[in-house]
Amino acid sequence: MKTSKNGFEPRIVGFMCNWCAYTGADLAGVSRLKSPPNVRIMRVMCTGRVDPSFVLRAFQLGADGVLIAGCHPGDCHYQEGNFKALRRTTLLRKMLRQFGVEPERLRLEWISASEAERASSVVTEFTEQVRALGPLHLETPEEVFAELGVEAS
Amino acid sequence: MISLTIDGMTTQVQEGTTLLQAAKLLDVKIPTLCYHPLLKPFGACRLCVVELQRPTGYELITSCNTPCQDGMVVSSNSKHVLEARRLVLEMMLARWPNVPVLRQRAEEVGLTQVRFTSVLRDEAEDACILCLRCVRICEEVVGACAIGFEDRGIQRRVVTPFNRESEACIACGACAHVCPTHHMKFVGEDYRGKPPEFLLGPNTAIYMPTAQAVPKVPRIDREACIHFKTGACQSCVTVCEPGAVNHKMEDEEIEVEVGQILVATGYDLFDPTPMAQYGYGRLDNIYTGLDIERMLNSTGPTGGRVLLKNGKPPRAVAIVHCIGSRDENHHRYCSRVCCMYALKFSHLIKERTEAEVYNFYIDMRAFGKGYEEFYSRVLNEGANVIRGKVAEVVQAGWSKQDEGTLLVRCEDTLIGRFREIPVDMVVLCNAIEPRRDVEQVRRLFGLSRSPDGFFLERHPKLDPVATTTDGLFVAGCAQGPKDIPDTVAQASAAAARMLATIAKGVVEIDPVRAEIDENLCSGCRTCIPLCPYSAISYLEDKKVSQVNSTLCKGCGTCVAACPSGSITGYGFSDEQIDAEMVGLLAV
Repeated sequence: MKTSKNGFEPRIVGFMCNWCAYTGADLAGVSRLKSPPNVRIMRVMCTGRVDPSFVLRAFQLGADGVLIAGCHPGDCHYQEGNFKALRRTTLLRKMLRQFGVEPERLRLEWISASEAERASSVVTEFTEQVRALGPLHLETPEEVFAELGVEAS
Repeated sequence: MISLTIDGMTTQVQEGTTLLQAAKLLDVKIPTLCYHPLLKPFGACRLCVVELQRPTGYELITSCNTPCQDGMVVSSNSKHVLEARRLVLEMMLARWPNVPVLRQRAEEVGLTQVRFTSVLRDEAEDACILCLRCVRICEEVVGACAIGFEDRGIQRRVVTPFNRESEACIACGACAHVCPTHHMKFVGEDYRGKPPEFLLGPNTAIYMPTAQAVPKVPRIDREACIHFKTGACQSCVTVCEPGAVNHKMEDEEIEVEVGQILVATGYDLFDPTPMAQYGYGRLDNIYTGLDIERMLNSTGPTGGRVLLKNGKPPRAVAIVHCIGSRDENHHRYCSRVCCMYALKFSHLIKERTEAEVYNFYIDMRAFGKGYEEFYSRVLNEGANVIRGKVAEVVQAGWSKQDEGTLLVRCEDTLIGRFREIPVDMVVLCNAIEPRRDVEQVRRLFGLSRSPDGFFLERHPKLDPVATTTDGLFVAGCAQGPKDIPDTVAQASAAAARMLATIAKGVVEIDPVRAEIDENLCSGCRTCIPLCPYSAISYLEDKKVSQVNSTLCKGCGTCVAACPSGSITGYGFSDEQIDAEMVGLLAV
């Protein structure tokens, strides 16, 4: 496994939909395509199931990045769950910034069941991106107050 | 019914029957000229005259347009009748002495000498005898009215309006077809532009698709049929005794409720026209595998003989493998069937002609049961195999004798030399590719496609007949190129899988679905518009929402959106996902 100079290995949670992205990632495995082991895949039935609070919880639990991958627009097994995910992700990115999390740590991708190469390349690319961002640092209230020059009560 | 006597024979006929039709029923032969079964009787030529007995004597009437009347006594070959017919023909022969149909009729009625001559004497064999058939068929049957008569009396002529090329003419050829003297000629190429048999044979607007067609019924080519152009004709309806022809039939959508679907939509063949170096559609005697398959078929356009465009057998035939398959510019995959059918063609062409056969291949893939043995057999029969891709096929005609000969240029990789091989015919083994409408079908069924474009199976090794959707199966070339044994095996497996479900009698539904806790639901109805299956309804009395568990497919969109957290997605509940995440990120 390739490790960066400082030995940082990002931990990434990958929410993948059962019908497209998860199957695509599975196919990548069956096809013996190499991808970094940093993305820890969680199967959901549909990207529409991904509650924004799951993403926040993942960051809270120490994840350095979150990847949500579903069917291509128009191909959703549940007709339009991926559009719901798109809506939520767009809003969530704005919210992440307010929490002090770089929005680039959250990524939404479309991977079809047959796109093994794409599944592999998305995982590789996102891992490299998060690796470049460095470990996630969530500021404590004390740090925030210190930054603002206010005494913590 | 009407009773009448013709030549001493009494018969009964339906009302409205003409004398000519009645005579035909009695096998009495009456010569005709302007009469045609598809046209309304016209009575122009007066050749079909018969003698009608009257109390006061006799009367000569035309039989084609005289309806039968009760008690008629008619003679078709009396002295007066023959005299009249002879006179009619004598006058016509005076003007058109060499028209075969007139001479034949004259012979029939015993006319030997023509006493007159015409000022407009026309000695052509294909002279127009003004029978009017062409004008009438154009008006009555075709409905185009593109031709008519000009002038009067002996000056009469068949013309198009203003003697110009007629816009009303649909180039159907009906006028030429009914012309008794071949004065009308159909000079056009095949106007339909798309005869069947892969451009190898002629066709009509109504035809049997192939001799082995299932169901074995003719079909009407809407593009070529006159009825769909002018609304008239219907000649096929007139002649079809069982009354089976119906022009009003339309494509119809039939709704059938089923529990399982097997998608076996097959394949299309790669069109080699864009690969201009191989000359398909540009040079003569270059065919695709399917063209040759039809040519070799005993019910095909040449009756199974291998022939060049000029009707001669070829002296040498090149069979070029991998056209569009195993090609980075087109399809990367191997089409799997071409090597073996190419060898079959080699065998059949060797068997039926004296031709030398050359196979140009990349790799000979004789992988199946008995295939390698067949390959050896074909080699022993003297077929040539050259390992190398063909660079181009060019016209080679240097001399008159070689006219039409093709030259195949290729590299023979086994001897490491460039070769040029003259042949008369080239067969291109074009690739199997996904059907043109594959994307629409994929969307319709919610299937996936593999990178090669064919439908994706659930698992390439462990589940090659099912798809990711329960109850939906794939078989045959819709899933990927394969030969007949493989297709039969896959289709049998799919059928067995479907029968197994039917035999079980019950279908297991995925336990993954959503449920609303009535105690927590605030009745905000956020979830209702989100559900793609309309599985959630609002209960007015309880002021809460409820999930219909049979309609719910378990996508979880509502679970993620519920502001009060009252919806549980079984199998993927918030607690389960949280626990999973904690576990995943523990290390």
